[in-house]
Amino acid sequence: MKAPSFAYAKPRSLAEAFDLLERPGAKALAGGQSLIPSLNMRLSSPELLVDINGLEELRGISLERGVVRIGALTSHAEIERSEVIRKHLPLLAEAVRHVAHPAIRNRGTIGGSLALADPAAEYPACVLAMQGVIFVRGGRGARRIAAQDFFRGLFETGLEPGELVAAVEVTAQLKDERTAFLELARRHGDYAIIGLAAFASSSGARRLAYFGAGDRPVLALGAALARDLEAAKRALDRDLRPPADLYHSSATKLHLAKVLLERAWIGLSKSS
Amino acid sequence: MDRSVEIELTVNGSEVRRRVEARQHLVDFLREELGLTGSHIGCEHGVCGACTVRVNGEIVRGCLMLAAQASGCRVETIEGLSDSGELAALQKAFHERNALQCGFCTPAMLLAARDLQLKNPKASRDEIRAHLSGNYCRCTGYQAIVDAVEEVLHGKG
Repeated sequence: MKAPSFAYAKPRSLAEAFDLLERPGAKALAGGQSLIPSLNMRLSSPELLVDINGLEELRGISLERGVVRIGALTSHAEIERSEVIRKHLPLLAEAVRHVAHPAIRNRGTIGGSLALADPAAEYPACVLAMQGVIFVRGGRGARRIAAQDFFRGLFETGLEPGELVAAVEVTAQLKDERTAFLELARRHGDYAIIGLAAFASSSGARRLAYFGAGDRPVLALGAALARDLEAAKRALDRDLRPPADLYHSSATKLHLAKVLLERAWIGLSKSS
Repeated sequence: MDRSVEIELTVNGSEVRRRVEARQHLVDFLREELGLTGSHIGCEHGVCGACTVRVNGEIVRGCLMLAAQASGCRVETIEGLSDSGELAALQKAFHERNALQCGFCTPAMLLAARDLQLKNPKASRDEIRAHLSGNYCRCTGYQAIVDAVEEVLHGKG
Protein backbone atom coordinates (compact mmCIF):
# COMPACT_ATOMS: atom_id res chain seq x y z
CA MET A 1 0.00 0.00 0.00
CA LYS A 2 0.96 3.64 -0.09
CA ALA A 3 1.77 5.69 2.97
CA PRO A 4 -0.82 8.19 4.20
CA SER A 5 -0.18 11.86 3.58
CA PHE A 6 2.23 13.69 5.90
CA ALA A 7 4.48 16.72 5.91
CA TYR A 8 8.26 16.36 5.78
CA ALA A 9 11.07 18.40 7.25
CA LYS A 10 14.80 17.83 7.36
CA PRO A 11 16.34 19.88 10.18
CA ARG A 12 19.96 21.05 9.97
CA SER A 13 20.59 21.15 13.69
CA LEU A 14 19.54 19.26 16.79
CA ALA A 15 17.87 22.40 18.16
CA GLU A 16 15.77 22.67 15.03
CA ALA A 17 14.93 18.96 15.23
CA PHE A 18 13.72 19.24 18.84
CA ASP A 19 11.67 22.26 17.87
CA LEU A 20 9.98 20.33 15.05
CA LEU A 21 9.44 17.25 17.23
CA GLU A 22 7.37 19.40 19.62
CA ARG A 23 4.70 19.83 16.94
CA PRO A 24 1.56 17.71 17.22
CA GLY A 25 1.80 14.40 15.38
CA ALA A 26 5.54 14.76 14.70
CA LYS A 27 7.65 11.64 14.43
CA ALA A 28 11.40 11.23 13.93
CA LEU A 29 12.57 9.44 10.79
CA ALA A 30 16.01 7.80 11.01
CA GLY A 31 16.82 4.88 8.67
CA GLY A 32 13.12 4.30 8.13
CA GLN A 33 13.46 0.54 7.73
CA SER A 34 10.71 -0.10 10.29
CA LEU A 35 8.88 3.22 10.20
CA ILE A 36 8.33 3.34 6.43
CA PRO A 37 6.86 -0.20 6.26
CA SER A 38 4.51 0.75 9.09
CA LEU A 39 3.50 3.85 7.10
CA ASN A 40 3.06 1.83 3.90
CA MET A 41 0.85 -0.58 5.81
CA ARG A 42 -1.01 2.32 7.41
CA LEU A 43 -0.20 1.20 10.92
CA SER A 44 1.09 4.67 11.66
CA SER A 45 -0.14 8.07 10.46
CA PRO A 46 2.08 10.91 11.63
CA GLU A 47 1.32 14.53 10.70
CA LEU A 48 4.97 15.38 10.23
CA LEU A 49 8.08 13.31 9.61
CA VAL A 50 11.24 14.91 10.98
CA ASP A 51 14.09 13.39 8.95
CA ILE A 52 17.10 13.47 11.27
CA ASN A 53 19.54 12.05 8.70
CA GLY A 54 21.24 15.43 8.23
CA LEU A 55 22.45 15.54 11.85
CA GLU A 56 26.05 14.43 11.52
CA GLU A 57 26.69 14.64 15.29
CA LEU A 58 24.45 11.57 15.71
CA ARG A 59 26.69 9.43 13.50
CA GLY A 60 29.86 7.44 14.01
CA ILE A 61 31.66 4.92 16.20
CA SER A 62 34.36 5.84 18.71
CA LEU A 63 36.33 4.18 21.48
CA GLU A 64 37.24 6.28 24.48
CA ARG A 65 38.55 5.15 27.87
CA GLY A 66 37.32 1.62 27.33
CA VAL A 67 33.81 2.59 26.24
CA VAL A 68 32.51 2.15 22.70
CA ARG A 69 30.11 4.89 21.73
CA ILE A 70 27.90 4.35 18.72
CA GLY A 71 25.98 7.34 17.35
CA ALA A 72 22.29 6.73 16.80
CA LEU A 73 22.43 7.25 13.03
CA THR A 74 25.19 4.68 12.55
CA SER A 75 23.86 2.15 10.05
CA HIS A 76 23.94 -1.60 10.47
CA ALA A 77 26.31 -1.75 7.49
CA GLU A 78 28.72 0.65 9.22
CA ILE A 79 28.62 -1.50 12.36
CA GLU A 80 29.25 -4.57 10.20
CA ARG A 81 32.35 -2.96 8.64
CA SER A 82 33.71 -1.40 11.83
CA GLU A 83 37.09 -2.58 13.09
CA VAL A 84 36.35 -1.09 16.53
CA ILE A 85 33.15 -3.14 16.84
CA ARG A 86 34.82 -6.33 15.61
CA LYS A 87 37.62 -5.92 18.13
CA HIS A 88 35.86 -4.48 21.16
CA LEU A 89 32.20 -5.55 20.86
CA PRO A 90 32.31 -8.96 19.18
CA LEU A 91 28.77 -9.66 20.43
CA LEU A 92 27.44 -6.80 18.30
CA ALA A 93 29.62 -7.83 15.35
CA GLU A 94 27.98 -11.28 15.51
CA ALA A 95 24.50 -9.84 15.95
CA VAL A 96 24.59 -7.43 13.01
CA ARG A 97 24.90 -10.29 10.54
CA HIS A 98 21.42 -11.37 11.61
CA VAL A 99 19.85 -7.93 11.15
CA ALA A 100 17.71 -8.16 7.99
CA HIS A 101 19.44 -8.09 4.58
CA PRO A 102 22.24 -6.04 2.96
CA ALA A 103 19.94 -3.48 1.32
CA ILE A 104 18.19 -2.87 4.64
CA ARG A 105 21.42 -2.84 6.64
CA ASN A 106 22.60 0.02 4.41
CA ARG A 107 19.81 2.29 5.72
CA GLY A 108 18.65 0.96 9.08
CA THR A 109 20.27 2.48 12.17
CA ILE A 110 21.14 1.30 15.68
CA GLY A 111 19.37 4.29 17.24
CA GLY A 112 16.22 3.50 15.31
CA SER A 113 16.32 -0.11 16.41
CA LEU A 114 16.79 0.83 20.08
CA ALA A 115 14.11 3.54 19.98
CA LEU A 116 11.60 1.20 18.32
CA ALA A 117 12.30 -1.56 20.89
CA ASP A 118 10.94 -4.42 18.82
CA PRO A 119 11.00 -7.39 21.20
CA ALA A 120 12.41 -9.64 18.45
CA ALA A 121 15.26 -7.24 17.54
CA GLU A 122 18.93 -8.08 18.07
CA TYR A 123 20.48 -4.86 19.41
CA PRO A 124 18.24 -4.32 22.45
CA ALA A 125 19.17 -7.78 23.76
CA CYS A 126 22.89 -7.18 23.08
CA VAL A 127 22.86 -3.83 24.85
CA LEU A 128 21.00 -5.37 27.79
CA ALA A 129 23.47 -8.27 28.02
CA MET A 130 26.43 -5.86 27.93
CA GLN A 131 24.80 -3.44 30.42
CA GLY A 132 24.96 -0.61 27.91
CA VAL A 133 23.64 2.88 28.44
CA ILE A 134 21.34 4.76 26.10
CA PHE A 135 22.26 8.41 25.71
CA VAL A 136 19.10 10.41 25.12
CA ARG A 137 18.75 14.06 24.08
CA GLY A 138 15.77 16.35 23.98
CA GLY A 139 14.86 20.03 23.88
CA ARG A 140 15.20 20.19 27.66
CA GLY A 141 18.56 18.48 27.95
CA ALA A 142 20.32 15.14 27.86
CA ARG A 143 20.24 12.06 30.08
CA ARG A 144 21.63 8.57 30.28
CA ILE A 145 19.35 5.57 30.76
CA ALA A 146 20.65 2.09 31.62
CA ALA A 147 19.47 -0.53 29.13
CA GLN A 148 17.54 -2.42 31.80
CA ASP A 149 15.49 0.71 32.55
CA PHE A 150 15.17 1.77 28.91
CA PHE A 151 13.18 -1.18 27.54
CA ARG A 152 9.83 -1.00 29.32
CA GLY A 153 7.42 -3.08 27.25
CA LEU A 154 6.17 -3.86 23.77
CA PHE A 155 7.65 -1.08 21.57
CA GLU A 156 7.83 0.96 24.76
CA THR A 157 10.95 2.74 26.01
CA GLY A 158 12.05 5.35 28.50
CA LEU A 159 12.04 8.02 25.76
CA GLU A 160 9.80 10.98 26.53
CA PRO A 161 7.87 12.67 23.70
CA GLY A 162 10.21 14.91 21.71
CA GLU A 163 13.35 13.04 22.83
CA LEU A 164 15.77 11.19 20.55
CA VAL A 165 18.23 8.39 21.11
CA ALA A 166 21.53 10.18 20.43
CA ALA A 167 23.97 7.32 21.03
CA VAL A 168 24.51 4.09 22.87
CA GLU A 169 27.54 3.47 25.07
CA VAL A 170 28.81 -0.01 25.80
CA THR A 171 31.92 -0.97 27.77
CA ALA A 172 34.45 -2.66 25.50
CA GLN A 173 34.71 -6.38 26.08
CA LEU A 174 37.79 -7.40 28.07
CA LYS A 175 40.06 -10.25 27.06
CA ASP A 176 38.83 -12.67 29.69
CA GLU A 177 35.16 -11.88 29.16
CA ARG A 178 33.12 -14.05 26.84
CA THR A 179 30.01 -13.52 24.75
CA ALA A 180 27.76 -15.58 22.52
CA PHE A 181 25.09 -14.60 20.03
CA LEU A 182 22.63 -17.13 18.66
CA GLU A 183 19.43 -16.64 16.70
CA LEU A 184 16.86 -18.90 15.08
CA ALA A 185 14.83 -17.50 12.17
CA ARG A 186 12.76 -18.99 9.37
CA ARG A 187 14.96 -17.37 6.72
CA HIS A 188 18.38 -15.76 7.24
CA GLY A 189 17.71 -12.14 8.17
CA ASP A 190 14.05 -12.60 9.05
CA TYR A 191 12.57 -11.81 12.44
CA ALA A 192 13.89 -14.02 15.19
CA ILE A 193 11.78 -16.90 16.41
CA ILE A 194 13.97 -16.67 19.46
CA GLY A 195 17.51 -15.49 20.11
CA LEU A 196 20.09 -15.18 22.84
CA ALA A 197 22.71 -12.53 23.52
CA ALA A 198 24.91 -13.81 26.34
CA PHE A 199 27.76 -12.33 28.34
CA ALA A 200 30.05 -13.91 30.94
CA SER A 201 32.40 -11.80 33.08
CA SER A 202 35.92 -12.87 34.00
CA SER A 203 34.58 -14.19 37.32
CA GLY A 204 31.99 -16.27 35.45
CA ALA A 205 28.94 -14.09 36.20
CA ARG A 206 26.50 -14.49 33.33
CA ARG A 207 23.90 -12.24 31.76
CA LEU A 208 21.55 -14.08 29.40
CA ALA A 209 19.37 -11.73 27.34
CA TYR A 210 16.73 -13.44 25.24
CA PHE A 211 14.86 -11.75 22.40
CA GLY A 212 11.64 -12.89 20.76
CA ALA A 213 10.87 -14.23 24.23
CA GLY A 214 8.60 -11.59 25.74
CA ASP A 215 7.31 -8.06 25.30
CA ARG A 216 10.89 -6.76 25.55
CA PRO A 217 14.38 -8.28 25.77
CA VAL A 218 14.28 -10.57 28.80
CA LEU A 219 17.11 -11.41 31.20
CA ALA A 220 17.02 -15.04 32.29
CA LEU A 221 18.02 -14.39 35.89
CA GLY A 222 17.63 -17.90 37.27
CA ALA A 223 19.50 -19.60 34.46
CA ALA A 224 22.31 -17.06 34.77
CA LEU A 225 22.92 -18.15 38.38
CA ALA A 226 22.64 -21.90 37.78
CA ARG A 227 25.58 -24.15 38.61
CA ASP A 228 25.42 -26.29 35.51
CA LEU A 229 23.67 -26.51 32.17
CA GLU A 230 20.91 -28.87 33.32
CA ALA A 231 20.00 -26.63 36.23
CA ALA A 232 20.12 -23.62 33.91
CA LYS A 233 17.71 -25.25 31.47
CA ARG A 234 15.31 -26.07 34.29
CA ALA A 235 15.57 -22.48 35.50
CA LEU A 236 14.50 -21.23 32.06
CA ASP A 237 11.05 -22.74 32.74
CA ARG A 238 10.65 -20.10 35.44
CA ASP A 239 12.61 -17.31 33.74
CA LEU A 240 10.80 -17.22 30.41
CA ARG A 241 7.19 -17.24 29.35
CA PRO A 242 7.59 -16.61 25.60
CA PRO A 243 4.45 -15.52 23.74
CA ALA A 244 3.39 -17.78 20.87
CA ASP A 245 3.67 -16.37 17.35
CA LEU A 246 1.89 -17.43 14.15
CA TYR A 247 4.06 -20.51 13.72
CA HIS A 248 5.50 -21.39 17.12
CA SER A 249 3.75 -22.18 20.38
CA SER A 250 5.06 -20.87 23.65
CA ALA A 251 6.30 -24.38 24.53
CA THR A 252 8.24 -24.62 21.23
CA LYS A 253 9.90 -21.30 21.88
CA LEU A 254 10.83 -22.32 25.40
CA HIS A 255 12.33 -25.54 24.05
CA LEU A 256 14.31 -23.54 21.46
CA ALA A 257 15.49 -21.17 24.19
CA LYS A 258 17.01 -24.19 25.93
CA VAL A 259 18.60 -25.37 22.70
CA LEU A 260 20.27 -21.98 22.30
CA LEU A 261 21.44 -22.00 25.91
CA GLU A 262 23.01 -25.40 25.36
CA ARG A 263 24.82 -24.16 22.26
CA ALA A 264 26.06 -21.05 24.04
CA TRP A 265 27.00 -22.74 27.29
CA ILE A 266 30.39 -24.24 26.48
CA GLY A 267 31.70 -21.07 24.91
CA LEU A 268 30.54 -19.03 27.89
CA SER A 269 32.01 -21.40 30.45
CA LYS A 270 35.35 -22.03 28.80
CA SER A 271 38.28 -20.58 30.71
CA SER A 272 40.62 -18.77 28.38
CA MET B 1 3.38 22.39 6.93
CA ASP B 2 4.09 21.48 3.36
CA ARG B 3 3.14 17.99 2.31
CA SER B 4 5.16 18.26 -0.89
CA VAL B 5 8.90 18.66 -1.26
CA GLU B 6 11.18 20.06 -3.95
CA ILE B 7 13.84 17.48 -4.77
CA GLU B 8 16.95 17.49 -6.93
CA LEU B 9 18.89 14.32 -7.66
CA THR B 10 20.77 12.44 -10.35
CA VAL B 11 19.10 9.40 -11.81
CA ASN B 12 21.27 7.24 -14.04
CA GLY B 13 23.54 10.21 -14.62
CA SER B 14 20.83 12.72 -15.53
CA GLU B 15 19.88 15.58 -13.26
CA VAL B 16 16.26 15.53 -12.23
CA ARG B 17 14.24 18.20 -10.47
CA ARG B 18 10.67 17.63 -9.33
CA ARG B 19 8.14 18.53 -6.69
CA VAL B 20 6.94 15.34 -5.07
CA GLU B 21 4.50 14.38 -2.35
CA ALA B 22 6.38 13.78 0.90
CA ARG B 23 4.70 10.40 1.24
CA GLN B 24 5.89 9.11 -2.15
CA HIS B 25 8.55 6.45 -1.85
CA LEU B 26 11.54 6.36 -4.13
CA VAL B 27 10.49 3.46 -6.33
CA ASP B 28 7.07 5.00 -7.02
CA PHE B 29 8.85 8.22 -7.96
CA LEU B 30 11.15 6.37 -10.37
CA ARG B 31 8.28 4.43 -11.92
CA GLU B 32 5.47 6.99 -11.96
CA GLU B 33 7.34 10.27 -12.45
CA LEU B 34 10.30 9.14 -14.53
CA GLY B 35 8.83 6.09 -16.27
CA LEU B 36 11.68 3.86 -15.08
CA THR B 37 9.57 0.76 -14.59
CA GLY B 38 12.44 -1.75 -14.38
CA SER B 39 12.47 -1.44 -10.58
CA HIS B 40 9.49 -3.47 -9.49
CA ILE B 41 7.06 -3.18 -6.62
CA GLY B 42 6.23 -6.43 -4.89
CA CYS B 43 5.34 -6.29 -1.22
CA GLU B 44 5.86 -2.58 -0.51
CA HIS B 45 7.06 -3.23 3.01
CA GLY B 46 10.66 -4.29 2.59
CA VAL B 47 10.34 -8.06 2.48
CA CYS B 48 10.58 -9.11 -1.18
CA GLY B 49 13.46 -6.94 -2.42
CA ALA B 50 12.02 -6.45 -5.94
CA CYS B 51 12.39 -2.66 -5.67
CA THR B 52 16.16 -2.70 -5.03
CA VAL B 53 17.96 0.36 -6.45
CA ARG B 54 21.38 1.87 -5.82
CA VAL B 55 21.65 5.15 -3.90
CA ASN B 56 25.10 6.75 -3.58
CA GLY B 57 26.65 3.43 -4.52
CA GLU B 58 24.77 1.30 -1.95
CA ILE B 59 21.79 -0.93 -2.65
CA VAL B 60 18.59 0.01 -0.81
CA ARG B 61 14.94 -0.94 -0.77
CA GLY B 62 13.20 1.59 -3.03
CA CYS B 63 9.96 1.13 -1.10
CA LEU B 64 11.60 1.91 2.25
CA MET B 65 13.10 5.24 1.29
CA LEU B 66 11.11 8.37 0.53
CA ALA B 67 11.76 10.18 -2.73
CA ALA B 68 12.25 13.27 -0.54
CA GLN B 69 15.16 11.49 1.19
CA ALA B 70 16.87 10.91 -2.14
CA SER B 71 17.28 14.63 -2.75
CA GLY B 72 20.96 15.35 -3.35
CA CYS B 73 21.66 11.67 -3.98
CA ARG B 74 22.97 9.71 -6.94
CA VAL B 75 20.37 7.09 -7.84
CA GLU B 76 21.03 4.21 -10.24
CA THR B 77 18.43 1.76 -11.50
CA ILE B 78 18.45 -1.36 -13.62
CA GLU B 79 17.96 0.83 -16.71
CA GLY B 80 21.15 2.82 -16.13
CA LEU B 81 23.25 -0.12 -15.01
CA SER B 82 22.05 -2.21 -17.92
CA ASP B 83 22.77 0.50 -20.50
CA SER B 84 26.24 1.17 -19.11
CA GLY B 85 27.17 -2.50 -19.51
CA GLU B 86 28.00 -2.81 -15.82
CA LEU B 87 25.69 -5.81 -15.47
CA ALA B 88 26.44 -7.43 -18.83
CA ALA B 89 28.34 -10.43 -17.49
CA LEU B 90 25.69 -11.18 -14.86
CA GLN B 91 22.88 -10.73 -17.39
CA LYS B 92 24.57 -13.14 -19.78
CA ALA B 93 25.04 -15.75 -17.06
CA PHE B 94 21.44 -15.37 -15.83
CA HIS B 95 20.25 -15.83 -19.41
CA GLU B 96 22.41 -18.85 -20.16
CA ARG B 97 21.60 -20.64 -16.92
CA ASN B 98 17.86 -19.95 -16.93
CA ALA B 99 18.25 -18.00 -13.72
CA LEU B 100 14.90 -16.36 -14.37
CA GLN B 101 11.46 -17.39 -15.49
CA CYS B 102 8.93 -14.59 -15.06
CA GLY B 103 11.71 -12.04 -14.53
CA PHE B 104 9.90 -10.01 -11.90
CA CYS B 105 12.70 -10.34 -9.33
CA THR B 106 15.53 -10.22 -11.87
CA PRO B 107 16.43 -6.49 -11.99
CA ALA B 108 16.75 -6.39 -8.20
CA MET B 109 18.51 -9.75 -8.11
CA LEU B 110 21.08 -8.40 -10.60
CA LEU B 111 21.66 -5.31 -8.47
CA ALA B 112 22.15 -7.40 -5.32
CA ALA B 113 24.49 -9.78 -7.16
CA ARG B 114 26.50 -6.86 -8.57
CA ASP B 115 26.76 -5.40 -5.07
CA LEU B 116 28.26 -8.67 -3.84
CA GLN B 117 30.63 -8.79 -6.81
CA LEU B 118 31.93 -5.32 -5.91
CA LYS B 119 32.22 -5.96 -2.15
CA ASN B 120 33.27 -9.57 -1.94
CA PRO B 121 34.36 -10.87 -5.35
CA LYS B 122 35.61 -14.11 -3.82
CA ALA B 123 32.31 -14.88 -2.07
CA SER B 124 31.58 -18.53 -1.38
CA ARG B 125 28.31 -20.17 -2.38
CA ASP B 126 27.01 -19.68 1.16
CA GLU B 127 27.98 -16.02 1.08
CA ILE B 128 26.19 -15.62 -2.26
CA ARG B 129 23.06 -17.10 -0.71
CA ALA B 130 23.35 -14.85 2.35
CA HIS B 131 23.80 -11.76 0.20
CA LEU B 132 20.78 -12.58 -1.96
CA SER B 133 18.67 -13.64 1.03
CA GLY B 134 16.75 -10.37 0.93
CA ASN B 135 15.52 -10.96 -2.62
CA TYR B 136 12.58 -13.27 -3.17
CA CYS B 137 12.29 -15.34 -6.36
CA ARG B 138 9.10 -17.38 -6.64
CA CYS B 139 9.98 -19.22 -9.87
CA THR B 140 13.46 -20.64 -9.98
CA GLY B 141 14.11 -22.10 -6.55
CA TYR B 142 17.30 -19.99 -6.47
CA GLN B 143 19.65 -22.79 -7.55
CA ALA B 144 20.20 -21.40 -11.04
CA ILE B 145 20.53 -17.85 -9.71
CA VAL B 146 23.28 -18.89 -7.29
CA ASP B 147 24.93 -20.86 -10.12
CA ALA B 148 24.89 -17.81 -12.39
CA VAL B 149 26.36 -15.50 -9.75
CA GLU B 150 28.98 -18.09 -8.85
CA GLU B 151 29.95 -18.42 -12.50
CA VAL B 152 30.51 -14.69 -12.84
CA LEU B 153 32.45 -14.43 -9.57
CA HIS B 154 34.65 -17.46 -10.09
CA GLY B 155 34.60 -17.90 -13.83
CA LYS B 156 33.06 -21.37 -13.54
CA GLY B 157 31.45 -22.46 -16.77
